[in-house]
Amino acid sequence: MLRIDAINIISNKAKNDGSLLISNIGIPSKELYYVCDRERNFYMLGSMGLASSIGLGLSLAKPHRHVITIEGDGSILMNLGSLATIASQKPPNYLLIIIDNGTYGSTGDEPTATSLYTDLAAIARGAGIREVYTTKTSEYLIQLMNEVKSGVIVVKVKPGNAEVPNIDISPQTILERFMEETASNIDK
Amino acid sequence: MDDNSSMAVYKSMKKAGVNFVVSVPCVNLKDLIYMVNNDPEILHIPVTREEEGIGVCAGAYLGGKKTAILMQNSGLGNSINALASLNKLYGIPLLMIISHRGVEGEQVCAQVPMGILTPHLLEAMQIQFFMPSSKSEAEDNIIEAMSTALHNKSPVAVLLKIGFWKSVC
Repeated sequence: MLRIDAINIISNKAKNDGSLLISNIGIPSKELYYVCDRERNFYMLGSMGLASSIGLGLSLAKPHRHVITIEGDGSILMNLGSLATIASQKPPNYLLIIIDNGTYGSTGDEPTATSLYTDLAAIARGAGIREVYTTKTSEYLIQLMNEVKSGVIVVKVKPGNAEVPNIDISPQTILERFMEETASNIDK
Repeated sequence: MDDNSSMAVYKSMKKAGVNFVVSVPCVNLKDLIYMVNNDPEILHIPVTREEEGIGVCAGAYLGGKKTAILMQNSGLGNSINALASLNKLYGIPLLMIISHRGVEGEQVCAQVPMGILTPHLLEAMQIQFFMPSSKSEAEDNIIEAMSTALHNKSPVAVLLKIGFWKSVC
């Protein structure tokens, strides 16, 4: 499984369920934009490390909406304290999915610490998050997406970026159309 | 520390409509954090680092909240990229209530460099900020800062110096 395969599965489920989706800076956002652009996607274009925090704030502000964040290994390693805050708040409507390919995929596949000894699922558990799952297969990811609504899923994938175009909508447009969706009471 | 200063900040935040607050502690914010934490109308999220708090507030704004961060000015250095490439990029408002250490009355030498640099850093980032010299000025500034942040879709800071927290008038 490559990152774009995981993004395909996650975005399909988010679309079916009407979930709000935050995606990480760089190629992950571009892959999501290519695979399944929707107004309920918030594409991060900067502030590396903050995807999990943005998703947390959104889930706390909108407790009746389901929120999914697509995070990366390099990005979550920049903001591990976020896992402790998520554990303390334990929002039942927030699912953090860390796609772990062991590299900084957007900058040239420099290895991250997860390519050696670092275990993000163990870190999430150690931070106090009760529901933590790891998958290496698309079949189990599909099953988890159907069964798990909160906590953390670590998806182990092979390094590699899909050839996808740049996001051609402005940051203001991304924000405005997303906020129209969060302000509406329609679930799907 | 004088309770009246903290109460004045708290009441002004309420008047400004703030309903979502993240905090990283400072000794001068102790009473304010306690007040915010005990207010059922405010969602208060203690965070581990200021930059994380900027992200949490951005997410809460996407969900319709009026957000503020309570932090020490030392945390400004931890937040600069997020303030620029998240708040400034998308146009996300934020009220920053900052305990300004390293100024007159400081006892900890390590606070002095960032204390001096803080206004310059905010200027360089084109983040509007207020430096009130009295309690009543602080009250007005906080309300104006929130409305300016919402209007300009940008972070706005209020720097509250050491003397502010000690003043009784």
